[in-house]
Amino acid sequence: MARKTGKLKAERSIEAPPYGAVGHGLSDDQFHGGAVCTTTWVADARYAWDRGVAMGRYLQGLKQGRLLGVRCDCCGRTMIPPRVFCEQCFRPVDGWVELKDTGTVNTFSLCYVTWDMKRLTDPQIPAVIEIDGASPGMGIMHLLGDVDPEDVRRGMRVKAVWKPDEEREGAITDIRYWKPL
Amino acid sequence: MGNRVAIVGAGMTKFVRRAQETGKELSFQAVKMALQSCGMKMSQIDCVALGTAPDTFDGVHMKGEYLSDGAGCWGKPYMRSYVGGGTGVFAVAQGWYHVASGMFDTCLVVCEEKMSSYQPHPQGAFLTIFDHTTERPLKPNLLWIFALEMNRYMTTYGLRKEDIARVAVKNKNNALLHPAAQIASEVTLDDILKSEVLAWPVQRLDVSPVSDGAVAVVLASESVARRVTDKPVWIEGVGWALDTAYWTNRDLCYPRYVEEAARMAYRMAGVTDPRHQIHVAEPYDPFDYKELHHMEGLMLCGRGEAPQLTADGVTARDGELPVCPSGGLLGVGNPIAAAGLMKIAELFWQLRGEAGKRQIARKAKRGVAQAWGDLMQVGTVVVLGV
Repeated sequence: MARKTGKLKAERSIEAPPYGAVGHGLSDDQFHGGAVCTTTWVADARYAWDRGVAMGRYLQGLKQGRLLGVRCDCCGRTMIPPRVFCEQCFRPVDGWVELKDTGTVNTFSLCYVTWDMKRLTDPQIPAVIEIDGASPGMGIMHLLGDVDPEDVRRGMRVKAVWKPDEEREGAITDIRYWKPL
Repeated sequence: MGNRVAIVGAGMTKFVRRAQETGKELSFQAVKMALQSCGMKMSQIDCVALGTAPDTFDGVHMKGEYLSDGAGCWGKPYMRSYVGGGTGVFAVAQGWYHVASGMFDTCLVVCEEKMSSYQPHPQGAFLTIFDHTTERPLKPNLLWIFALEMNRYMTTYGLRKEDIARVAVKNKNNALLHPAAQIASEVTLDDILKSEVLAWPVQRLDVSPVSDGAVAVVLASESVARRVTDKPVWIEGVGWALDTAYWTNRDLCYPRYVEEAARMAYRMAGVTDPRHQIHVAEPYDPFDYKELHHMEGLMLCGRGEAPQLTADGVTARDGELPVCPSGGLLGVGNPIAAAGLMKIAELFWQLRGEAGKRQIARKAKRGVAQAWGDLMQVGTVVVLGV
């Protein structure tokens, strides 16, 4: 549709991208020297999470030194972490399966910083570990230990290092870390 | 599918590490520039689609409503969406159906983020994405997820670090010509490879920065678009999809959710051969490996082929398929929701031939923008064309 040329004016005067004299950055000195208002209020937000049906049984298993998964007879998957439903078939799972406490490193990282960017001298080694007895690709996140960071490889076989019986409390930390098999 | 919808105007603030302006002020400026670019007034806007990340960043509950006055929402139907990093592109899809449905003639899409308020580091705001029973007791760090994905990608295709770092070099250098860029620089491959190791294989210069900024675009029905501009940029397709929240069960090497979102958008746009029918791309690049991941998910190349295309210069601004000619999140900056909308704005300027010194060399009639987020499992895709 033809248009009066007068309306083009606005477009012509604009650079791409159009941006004005806004978005003024503050320097570190200004920021920490009181150029902004800060508050030190600490929100005392507390949460009481229910473990839920599937996770409750999973944690009970961990307390006994066992890794539990669930199976869906529709898609044939054995899943960990366990859930009461299969999200792909969208139906209840068909039962519990005891898995091994061994697995394969799917991927890993050597992490030299904390969440607020403080340096660590010895790296943490988070990994996704595919658990033996579960379907391929079924992993959990945990930490590797008892290993030289230089030696960690994808495909490395690992085994859970459990806390002693009396120290286990039904938590993911009942496994201290995973070490090379 | 639905009535035709065009983007007719766009504007953005500079992206900076810490802005003196409040979120409302940043939004106001971006909206003002977007309206000015198409000669429209707020009275001509029928509704507002607002995208902005978690309330936690600002420490303000109902942050969307807090921003609303600056985003032009007063007295108008308003809707806020949030799908994590995927928000900036999703907000356009949200605005699209407001107009495509015939309910409204115009929709203002505004995305704002002010990450600098959160102390000591906004990464803290993300930590609660980890499962509270199975993961948070291990005291995870957000970088872990990205490092684990990047390493999986590298080991699957036998890639070296430099194959990935080339993306950061390209984007940070592309951003030198973007007047709103935060961390444009003439970095070299060597600079990236020698930067501080955060969580191997992720190094400091592989990562986009913490940013403040706002972007706005104006959507219009065909009749309004033809009245206000000679160069409407049509929204040809929108798509979004989710993978499972059990992220350790996902294929960490390939973003299937991006592929599904892309298939939805391409189907709507009539794109059957993305490698040839897409002329310019703005995939989400908060980390350098993610641009490669997302190019593959968008089916712009085969799996594992994106690093070679980058090495060959195909994705350079003067290449056959320019990727992130804006400079992307790695160069322009990453104010979460605003970063995705910046990509839409870049395609708007590129397809109209208005990107100035950043204008890509090849002739482009169709582009794709994509963002990624939620629990690292959402893909959002918009196809634009002229």
